[in-house]
Amino acid sequence: MNSTSTRHPGLNLGHAHGEAHEASEELVFGFWVFMMSDLIIFGLLFATYITMLGGTAGGPGPHELFELKSAFIETMLLLISSFTFGMASLALKYRSDRKVLVGWLVVTLLLGLGFIAHELYDFHKMFSEGGVPSRSGFLSAFFALVPLHGLHVTGACIWLVALLGQIAVHGLDTPTKTGLMRLAILWHFLDVVWIGIFSIVYLGGIA
Amino acid sequence: MNHESHWVLGRLDWSALPFWDALQHPTTMNIVNAIIASGAGAMVILGGLIAAAALTWTKRWRWLWSEWLTSPDHKKIGIMFIVIALVMLARAVIEAVFMRLQQAVGLDGGFLTAEHFGQLFTTHGTIMVFFMAMPFLTGIINYVMPLQIGTRDLSFPVMNTISLGLTAAGAALVMVSLVLAPFSTGGWSGYPSFTESAANPGAGVDYWIWAVTLSTLSSTLTGINFAVTIYKKRAPGMTWFRLPLFTWTALCTSILMIFGMPPLTVATALLALDRYLDFHFFTADLGGNMMNYINLFWAFGHPEVYILILPAFGIFSEIFSTFSGKTLYGYTALVIATLAIAVLSFTVWLHHFFTMGQSAHINAIFGIATMLIGVPTGVKIYDWMLTMFRGRIRFSVPMIYAIGFIMLFVLGGLTGVILAVPSVDYQIHNSLFLVAHFHNMLIPGLLFGMLAGTNLWFPKAFGFRLEERWGRRAAYCWIVGFMMAFFPLYALGVLGMPRRSAAFFEPTYLPWTLIAGIGAIVILVAMLFLLLQLWVSVRDRELNRVPGGDPWDGRSLEWSVSSPPPEYNFPVIPEIHGRDAYMRQKESGGGAHPRPDDYTDITMPANTAMGAIIGMTGFLMAFGLTWYEWWLVMAAGGATLVALVARGFTRQRTRTITAAEVHRQHDTWLRELASLRPVTRAEEQSSANRGLPASPVEGAVQ
Amino acid sequence: MIIGLTLIVVLPVLVLTPLILARYRYGRNSEYRPHWAFSKIADTAIWGVPFLVVIALAIVAWRGTVSLDPYKPIDSNKAPLRVQVVGFDWKWLFIYPDQGVATVNDLVIPTHRPISLQLTSASVMQGFFVPALGSQVDVMNRMVTRLHLEADQEGEFPGKNMQYNGKGFHLQRFATHAVDDEAFQRFADRTRRSGNALDAHVLDALNEKSTAAQLTQEIEPQNAVSKPAALRFGSVPHDLFQAIADHETPDWSSLTSKVPVSSGPATPDDRGEKQP
Repeated sequence: MNSTSTRHPGLNLGHAHGEAHEASEELVFGFWVFMMSDLIIFGLLFATYITMLGGTAGGPGPHELFELKSAFIETMLLLISSFTFGMASLALKYRSDRKVLVGWLVVTLLLGLGFIAHELYDFHKMFSEGGVPSRSGFLSAFFALVPLHGLHVTGACIWLVALLGQIAVHGLDTPTKTGLMRLAILWHFLDVVWIGIFSIVYLGGIA
Repeated sequence: MNHESHWVLGRLDWSALPFWDALQHPTTMNIVNAIIASGAGAMVILGGLIAAAALTWTKRWRWLWSEWLTSPDHKKIGIMFIVIALVMLARAVIEAVFMRLQQAVGLDGGFLTAEHFGQLFTTHGTIMVFFMAMPFLTGIINYVMPLQIGTRDLSFPVMNTISLGLTAAGAALVMVSLVLAPFSTGGWSGYPSFTESAANPGAGVDYWIWAVTLSTLSSTLTGINFAVTIYKKRAPGMTWFRLPLFTWTALCTSILMIFGMPPLTVATALLALDRYLDFHFFTADLGGNMMNYINLFWAFGHPEVYILILPAFGIFSEIFSTFSGKTLYGYTALVIATLAIAVLSFTVWLHHFFTMGQSAHINAIFGIATMLIGVPTGVKIYDWMLTMFRGRIRFSVPMIYAIGFIMLFVLGGLTGVILAVPSVDYQIHNSLFLVAHFHNMLIPGLLFGMLAGTNLWFPKAFGFRLEERWGRRAAYCWIVGFMMAFFPLYALGVLGMPRRSAAFFEPTYLPWTLIAGIGAIVILVAMLFLLLQLWVSVRDRELNRVPGGDPWDGRSLEWSVSSPPPEYNFPVIPEIHGRDAYMRQKESGGGAHPRPDDYTDITMPANTAMGAIIGMTGFLMAFGLTWYEWWLVMAAGGATLVALVARGFTRQRTRTITAAEVHRQHDTWLRELASLRPVTRAEEQSSANRGLPASPVEGAVQ
Repeated sequence: MIIGLTLIVVLPVLVLTPLILARYRYGRNSEYRPHWAFSKIADTAIWGVPFLVVIALAIVAWRGTVSLDPYKPIDSNKAPLRVQVVGFDWKWLFIYPDQGVATVNDLVIPTHRPISLQLTSASVMQGFFVPALGSQVDVMNRMVTRLHLEADQEGEFPGKNMQYNGKGFHLQRFATHAVDDEAFQRFADRTRRSGNALDAHVLDALNEKSTAAQLTQEIEPQNAVSKPAALRFGSVPHDLFQAIADHETPDWSSLTSKVPVSSGPATPDDRGEKQP
């Protein structure tokens, strides 16, 4: 077994690139650490949200505002996008054919954009029912936590577009590959955070 | 304050000028304050103009850009961090002197308006923590840590330039607030609901929020960078328990940054949402709760205390060992103590608000947790004493700071234990006793550590030693000035004087505030002496040159290379066989500077404008947000995004230094070394010390 | 006690450091052991002693904190006097619910009788503190904190705000007058007879950012010079404190009905539970 092949299970950097492996090892590890720091931000916002559940100040609460169906559709969009990104990672590792990789990435991007669009539509509906952040502490906490996740997804989509551009310009060189590797971590991370949002905010709110 | 937003200027109008108020209401007090405030603003503008003129005059703009601002070299970035720290230190010390003088004459009045005094203590605290202490320790770790672990750069050199850019942007924002006032009066901790727009609608709090946010983002990135570097880039053989202690403290500090900074990011972001978009996190109405802010703030604030102090502990460890000519006593215990402090620092945040009405049991638990931190800290102190025990102690400038630290710090520890007892804290919370306590920890702890570190590593960075006489005078003035300025504050606190008081009405306070005022002047003199020390050192640099690179008979790897080190640090990455790697090499008799068998090409990161760009756009975004200039926020935000995406497309990210070039440079240095006369420690502080110590193997008296 | 225990660890540092420095300074050929870096005995001592000290301190701190809890009513055979404290920018309002009177910046209390305080803030967070009498407690908007004090002797004790709340912060001072029972009764009676009513107009004035002197200037200009910064109110809405804490309008109609002249003993029910 080639020792380099075990370093990045999801990444095919080629065999003769000892140094590239080392450098990307650092990059990916650093990105994990960054995710850890980001996770604390989400954790604190979750905690803030939970402490402010009671702070509806007479305004609309979860029961009036949340729709499980819509949250479920969003969950599905994001879960499937995580799966398609997984397929893209596999294509990156095992396929030399760039088209398959790009295909999976485009599908992922569309699912991500679909998620954002659906979420924006949800917020729009909440707004029209009086669920605006200035109404209560509870709604403030909701609109800090959930849209922050949405912003992350937006940022990830922009990054994905940028990486598709890099593939077009530079082909699949090491910086592009490590970029995809890190974006994959972010994408799955956002999936996990969303699971938290779905279970704590939506399921917890309606149940 | 103009509440209708102009489309270009936002809320910015004439009233932002520091003398506007005095023009409208020309009372004596307003005029005096306007002169002080405008003087400060003028200093900022003048300083900028002089710097610009000097650069133009000496035709150095290009040099500044290509050698410094765009350099990814951790050594240069470290130096730039320290320059920011020193400039901000000067400002914040002057502010402190004004505050002490105000209280010295503050019986029934004083010469500063309450509003001005409020801005002074807020900027003083904000600057000292975020724009003096943080850049100072970041700068020193940046410079020293990669050299100590035997690597050529940090893991993410470009991110390092971005960290620098963000800190510079935050510092610039605080400086600009002198010209376009006001700054916040909410203290460095910015407690709502005082800082909510209902109580404080002006631009002051917004300045504070964005300056602090920029600094926090910078520190988060720095923490990630340092931690990954120490995890991944150690030289072969540099195992965990061979790391120099300073690197251990740097690691713990970076981990604290990674976990401790996000709570502050969240706190300031939520406060900004409250202020800008009418959210209700910390407002009194509509379900908000300001206690959430206080918990978030101190979930950052307490780890922050140890972010500040741990690197100083590391520096002192190096100093005690180096200047006692002795191995560090209890290395393992010191590492364990450092780790213990880092972990415990997350468990004590509640002791910042014992008086907010929790149950006695909760208070008592947090009080005891706080005392528990005293155990590893006490162990460290005794380890340092035992390091000196049976050594040969040389009283150089770093050592004077270190001794001042050890004697004064334990007194701060004593008062810390007193404050940690909730029932006692109820008597002295938010009084000057508290102010005296944390200055007692941070001045001898952090600041002495940083100044000692500067004296220790300056010859490494610039190739000549700092002048000793003025250095000593500065150190003594710091120690004496600190005692005079802050010991009276303990007494005032016990007498019940609240912190942040612009004036007082109890004549019994007066003798104490007077002594403290004189102490502040002594500290100002110490600052002056630091400046003189630098001036004299630069003037006499030829006398104090240390091309040998090892002026103190150092123990860790940074002393094994030339002073200043080549940009790639090590011609060949060293192999490590034990603790105190360089001392081991010197003692082994194999020669302090072995000639490597062969050299290889070295790949270094290429220059990048990312730091400068992000720093600039970050500043403009923060400025635009402060004054409601939305077009500026959008433009700067867009530019940031474009820069980040464009960076992804660049591929020219490294450049190569050929093996032949490395060989040539190393040879030149080795030849110069051969021409130097090795000196014993008796000649350490004379100009005979060229940075080549006589080794004990050659029978030299150490 | 605390200081003494801590000195067990601190004092050796202060004493031994100079001795070590003197004895082992460079050039004094004392014993030199450059590689000596560990001693089991020393390590046991420097970990063990501080640890034992912290255990002792923990016991002291736990006992002290529990017994001196400001929320704990003070043991006494007298029923406590209830006082409700409201922090405004930049003055204090003291309401005596059982006497039906209120004062600004003038806390009059009987000696040798427990005082049970309920505190809130009508503005930003403040810190209520009478250094001579004991603990300080923060007062916060929409929250009610508790404090129990007792004056052992007659006298005038200064009280302060400890938490910065703007430019009038250092002027937010009040006098605590500890007097004997009779004098306190006289104070209550006289205030009830002669003081103004604390009506909506006064509450608006209290809510403005002003010092007590400025407030007096506004609502009692005739008294502003003769007795600055001490306002007294003989009639107070019965629910004023709770209304301020809950952000509701006080029951102003309770002002019109004359409060009964006799001031009975304070209600013994003092163990109000903590409100977060």
